[in-house]
Amino acid sequence: MPLVKQGRITTDPFVHVVDGAELPGDGAVLVSAERFLADPEALLRRAGKVGVIWPNNRNLGDLVPHLDRLASVALVFPTFRDGRAYSQARLLRERYGYDGELRATGQILRDQFVFMTRAGFDAFEVKKDADADAFVQTMKRYSVFYQPTGDGRVTALNRRMQLRHSESAGQ
Amino acid sequence: MYAYDELDRTLINERVSEFRDQVKRRLSGELTEDEFKILRLQNGVYLQLHAYMFRVAIPYGTLSSKQLRRLAHVARRYDRGYGHFTTRQNIQFNWIKLAELPDALSDLAEVGIHAMQTSGNNMRNVTSDQWAGVAPGEIEDPRIWSELIRQHTTLHPEFSFLPRKFKIAITAAEHDRAAIKIHDIGLRLHKNADGETGFEVLVGGGLGRTPFIAKTIKPFVPGRDILSYIEAILRVYNQYGRRDNIYKARIKILVHELGIEKFAKEVEEEWKAMGDVGLTLDHAAIEEVRSRFSYPAYEKLPHMPDELKQAAHDPLFERWRKNSVSAHKVQGYSIVTLSLKPVGGPPGDATAEQMDAVADLADKYSFGEIRVGHEQNLALPHVAKRDLPLLFKALDRLGLATPNVNLVTDIIACPGLDYCSLANARSIPIAQELTRRFANHDTADLIGRLHINISGCINACGHHHVGHIGILGVEKNGEEFYQITIGGRADENAQLGTLIGPAVPYAEVADVIEDIVEAYLALRDRPEELFVDTVKRLGVEPIRERVYATR
Repeated sequence: MPLVKQGRITTDPFVHVVDGAELPGDGAVLVSAERFLADPEALLRRAGKVGVIWPNNRNLGDLVPHLDRLASVALVFPTFRDGRAYSQARLLRERYGYDGELRATGQILRDQFVFMTRAGFDAFEVKKDADADAFVQTMKRYSVFYQPTGDGRVTALNRRMQLRHSESAGQ
Repeated sequence: MYAYDELDRTLINERVSEFRDQVKRRLSGELTEDEFKILRLQNGVYLQLHAYMFRVAIPYGTLSSKQLRRLAHVARRYDRGYGHFTTRQNIQFNWIKLAELPDALSDLAEVGIHAMQTSGNNMRNVTSDQWAGVAPGEIEDPRIWSELIRQHTTLHPEFSFLPRKFKIAITAAEHDRAAIKIHDIGLRLHKNADGETGFEVLVGGGLGRTPFIAKTIKPFVPGRDILSYIEAILRVYNQYGRRDNIYKARIKILVHELGIEKFAKEVEEEWKAMGDVGLTLDHAAIEEVRSRFSYPAYEKLPHMPDELKQAAHDPLFERWRKNSVSAHKVQGYSIVTLSLKPVGGPPGDATAEQMDAVADLADKYSFGEIRVGHEQNLALPHVAKRDLPLLFKALDRLGLATPNVNLVTDIIACPGLDYCSLANARSIPIAQELTRRFANHDTADLIGRLHINISGCINACGHHHVGHIGILGVEKNGEEFYQITIGGRADENAQLGTLIGPAVPYAEVADVIEDIVEAYLALRDRPEELFVDTVKRLGVEPIRERVYATR
């Protein structure tokens, strides 16, 4: 499954460690929320970055105290029709100020890239190679946005008001 | 009319390109049907019994003549020459080919029409009063707010994959023509004690197999805060709405399970926690949208022109005028409802020829504007009274002057088993038979206001729960049966109907309805007491006794 970051297909530096499996001595790891919360300190002490896979039905409150020491938060789309992680992503970015890697995992198709980027995701475990290849192209699908989100894209309403302002200033 | 600018047009075109790519990937097999299904639903494309069905949005029920002509073009070019107006200010085409859909969307996009989010688990077309901006006594034009909300809910990056569909309706008039109490969010525009404009916010209304009337969650949200407040409701719903069972996934179930107080508290907390996220609508933002609505340059006209006095001698004209013409806020003008319920016809259907002709009449008599109401009729919102006699003649020739608006044959019906893959029973032939039984306009006038709503299955697209008489098709041992309720209503006093007796087979439905109407005529206090008021006064029992005594 290709990982897309900064618009490019990249090698995933993180190793997914399943529950119960032994942790590698060093190197970046992605672990489940249960495993992380069972002993966060032990995980954060080891050499190598730590990321947490956070389920979409779990309150973010337990994760928030650890955010500044995490290298990645991976949110889950069990199917692409289940949109709970969009809300989690916006809360992490816009309310809790998380600025590390925010990764989308699960059933990720190209048709979600724009939504996900706008919600704050910056890393994508894409299901199909063709979709990963099409990332840059797909992100160009839209140039107009109606809602303000944490990604900072200017909304249509603001663009109109800026235009109106500059028109009236020029008169 | 709201005038799309370059940004709105760009976004619609970008959506069409995206959908073109999605269709291409489906046809090449790159997308599975399961994956494609969600994507096509986001664009109003259903797979029905015989073909794909294509649902196009008519935001808050406003159309220009140019747009209506383009809908006629789509009906003619890509479908079988007609379209079906729905109960949520959409139009459906029933025979569209998948490979041609991107072209149809592209043709519509040229006139600022789209099909975004007309199906699927997202925020649907924002609906409003079809008399918005012209109804006397309105607080203000609710379409300004409808458009602000339409933009905000279009391709929303957080709420495009909700647990289930989500519908918002807005009214600004005392009499609710937008049925806000059967919506996921209902908004009633009003002014508070300080004269500030804002909304009473209701949540959790909806029909389907578990019907609920919406409850008030906050009596007053200032207009400037309405987007952030809606955002808070949706965020609570997106996270906590049930996703394990499609029948329990609507917000009404969450509101019911938590209780309105607990739900309101969750929303309030989320709203407070949100802080300033750029959603507050300052005066300039509201005025920006308001400035792109244009209003006709009305003339100063007499209240009672000579043309109208002369035409009063024509009984056919007078009957139509009394039935289909309503008061306008500007003197000398009227709102004219065009009945899409001819005797023997399928409710809400219009042919391409009718659409073109209505567009021409709108240009001639209504400043190029047409409205679509949830009762599946059209309206011309700005007709000079002096033009009414000529308009009547033209509409009559087109079969659009049936004087039955709000009467027993003004039936709301879903497509039913004739088209729909979900239906258990037929709806359209029941409606057609009823229009024949009550074809005598004198009888219909005598009966007075009476709404019959028909759904072909429990999903309730025909709003049977809130019909004064509701008819619900069910299947029993492979046969079509119909449950009948009375006393429902969808207005400001919205209420669910009560079952009147055991389900009856297809062939007996019209007889039972006739008997119910007979019973009402015998039981009503005085001729002015409407059917629904008689049921309210007496309850179901006296009518049940009369109707089922001999059955």
